[in-house]
Amino acid sequence: MARVRELHVNGAQRHINADPERTLLSVLRDDLDLTGTKYGCGEGQCAACTVLIDGQATKSCLTKVGTVAAKRIVTIEGLAPEGKLHPVQEAFLEADAMQCGYCTPGMILGAVALLERTPHPSDAEIVSGMNGHICRCGTYPRVVSAVRAAAKQGGRA
Amino acid sequence: MRRRDFFAALGGGIVVLLVDDSDAQESGGGGRRGTREALPQNLSAWLHIGETGMVTVYTGKVEVGQNARTSLTQAVAEELRAPVEQIRLVMGDTSLTPFDMGTFGSQTTPQMGPVIRRAAATARETLVDLASQKWMVERATVSIADGKVLSGSHRAGFGELTSGQKLTQTIPSSVALTPAAEWKVAGTSVAKVGGRDMVTGAHKYASDIKRPGMLHGKVLYPPQFGATLASLDRTAAEAMPGVKVVREDNFVGVTAPDAATAEKALAALRAEWKPVTAEASSKDVFAYYKKNSRDGAAENPHLTAYTVAYIAHVPLEPRAAVAEWHDDKLTVWTGTQRPFGVRSELSQNLKISEDRVHVIMPDTGSGYGGKHNGEAAYEAARLAYASGMPVQRNWTREEEMTWAYFRPGGLIEVHGTLNPDGTLATWEFHNYNSGPSALQTPYDVPHKSEHLHQSKSPLRQGSYRGLAGTANHFARESYMDELAHSIKMDPLEFRLQNARNERLRAVMEAAAQKFGWKNRQQTAGRGCGLAAGFEKGGYVAACAEVSVANGAVKVLRVVEAFECGAVVNPEHLRNQVDGAVAMGLGGALFEQIDFADNRILSDRLSRYRVPRFADMPAIESVLIDRKDLPSAGAGETPIMGIAPAIGNAIFEATGQRIRTMPMKLVG
Repeated sequence: MARVRELHVNGAQRHINADPERTLLSVLRDDLDLTGTKYGCGEGQCAACTVLIDGQATKSCLTKVGTVAAKRIVTIEGLAPEGKLHPVQEAFLEADAMQCGYCTPGMILGAVALLERTPHPSDAEIVSGMNGHICRCGTYPRVVSAVRAAAKQGGRA
Repeated sequence: MRRRDFFAALGGGIVVLLVDDSDAQESGGGGRRGTREALPQNLSAWLHIGETGMVTVYTGKVEVGQNARTSLTQAVAEELRAPVEQIRLVMGDTSLTPFDMGTFGSQTTPQMGPVIRRAAATARETLVDLASQKWMVERATVSIADGKVLSGSHRAGFGELTSGQKLTQTIPSSVALTPAAEWKVAGTSVAKVGGRDMVTGAHKYASDIKRPGMLHGKVLYPPQFGATLASLDRTAAEAMPGVKVVREDNFVGVTAPDAATAEKALAALRAEWKPVTAEASSKDVFAYYKKNSRDGAAENPHLTAYTVAYIAHVPLEPRAAVAEWHDDKLTVWTGTQRPFGVRSELSQNLKISEDRVHVIMPDTGSGYGGKHNGEAAYEAARLAYASGMPVQRNWTREEEMTWAYFRPGGLIEVHGTLNPDGTLATWEFHNYNSGPSALQTPYDVPHKSEHLHQSKSPLRQGSYRGLAGTANHFARESYMDELAHSIKMDPLEFRLQNARNERLRAVMEAAAQKFGWKNRQQTAGRGCGLAAGFEKGGYVAACAEVSVANGAVKVLRVVEAFECGAVVNPEHLRNQVDGAVAMGLGGALFEQIDFADNRILSDRLSRYRVPRFADMPAIESVLIDRKDLPSAGAGETPIMGIAPAIGNAIFEATGQRIRTMPMKLVG
């Protein structure tokens, strides 16, 4: 298979030279230095590596880079490009919805995708929509509050 | 560090060095110009106010998600009367901060908090002195508010006063502090310091560090604990471009220009291992503890046995390190709770002196007691030395769950007897292997014997949030429930009757009241349970309500009352309580390391279940703020009452007494 030469990330066309079988996670972190996307398990169990692909929350540790070459990828670094925080980022800060913060980028992108899909989710919809994300520090109740608050603010950038 | 190097690095301004009172020579209390060659030996923190007015505090404590960076910043803001934004903390850098044993045991708040507070209070008084001299006004007319020094029409920022100064204050650690009742910044819910970098992904964890020319390292581990390398064929791996294979006895590692190649090279190594025979598995380990007890086993036939499985910390950021050598000096970035401990490990293992090792600890992706050691740092250092380039060594989840250490498993046996009025008459408690924390009952018993029996552990074991406090609380509080039921007494009433300690009674009463314990309804398939205890300066009581259907337990609601002296940051404390409830629930209901044949079977998240959103109960915390008592740490004790409260609730719902952690219903 041909090597992947370009990737559309955070609104820009980025030049890379990657084996298409490599994970998107590894290309983002190692080749493009977008380290806000985190490795947590490598098997899609924790969603720390979540990015948006054409608006869908996607686990980059299970995504081969060759399959997303033509798609629009948004990482946590692309959520506040001008320095103005996305409402979901603001809501996470406001609700103190983190401790170590390692799951936070994936959590936030998961919440952004959830609110695109379901702009006014019930608490039960937030729980089922976010259940693939692990926060080992256990800030789950605060994440639910943050998503609820972001939804009230309109939830979208 | 030598004194002149230190001051050269800092530039001008005021420096406050905090030493222990025991150092008589340095405990002068007065200002002194820095002339001595070496820094005092027993410094515990230092604080610098630079010519820009920025306050920088240096402490060996680290931030692992427990929000110590925020709470210590609040302490400085409080005493210096300065805004939080004007204060920066340098934490856990072995070349910049004073030595510290490590961040564990809930010691940051009770020990480092006052130290840093004193440094800030001394700096404040120094600023007042400087202002009084400069403006030629009475000292009593000078005040400080919101980062500004004021007297009559005079007004100056910290930087204006410290400009051109090179003043060192060395103070005893007994200077007076602002009492908690007068706190304005401490005691409030200051937002997480550094939170913005976490929501934007800008914060660089150890696993995110990049250095010029950096290679990626992998290490070949044996298929069984203790297996030794019989032979190694490295030809195929070495044929890969850019790959280097390192072998030193049983240590085999590879480096490659990128992580994917490093993985392929590791897979291409052909190794034969000499197998070993396992002594125990997760199925028979509890009998193994008793059999291998160093001081023999208890013989009372009335003892009731409880067991606690090994569990994993599962920090979401696995161990990670980058190592870089310059000449014969090593710099390592790694996530650890003991940067100075890791420096010492590296120094010993690499046979170089400690002053040639620099450990930097970026705020890390959690620890929970699981990151005391420097395994990844050591591997990175060896590979970097062999390859002559900086090496990143980030562990995989499987490596983290196999080659780190575990919370100890344990067998606990209990027997107690009651007087006719329901007061405890005797208490006998034996803990095999899991540890001494909270071994002593906080209830009043005239005759008690409590023993820790050291044993052999088939797995590598170590620290964990709350240590054995969770195990010992599980056994004790479950057994207290059994005793209450044996005389048909309400479990709350039974505990209160046996507890004279007013702080313990206060948390039990607060939790029970918020929960509505006395008016709780009996509903089929539902039950409520209660547990309480004390450890590390904090008192905790938890009430849980569960539903049981088709053999599955769902925790519906938890009310937890917690008292740890004067509260430093109420929101962050509630956040810790929430987190402790979540983590405690995992160990109570499903977390367990399965092992056999000297291998870990539950070595990844698809085989080891941790709590998720859907597992969360409604959590209500009741904080008892004792401004008259010193602040204790809060990261650990709130975990201890969860498992027994859930177990006691399961008993009320089903009549089944489950004496194993994790708790599994029968039938």
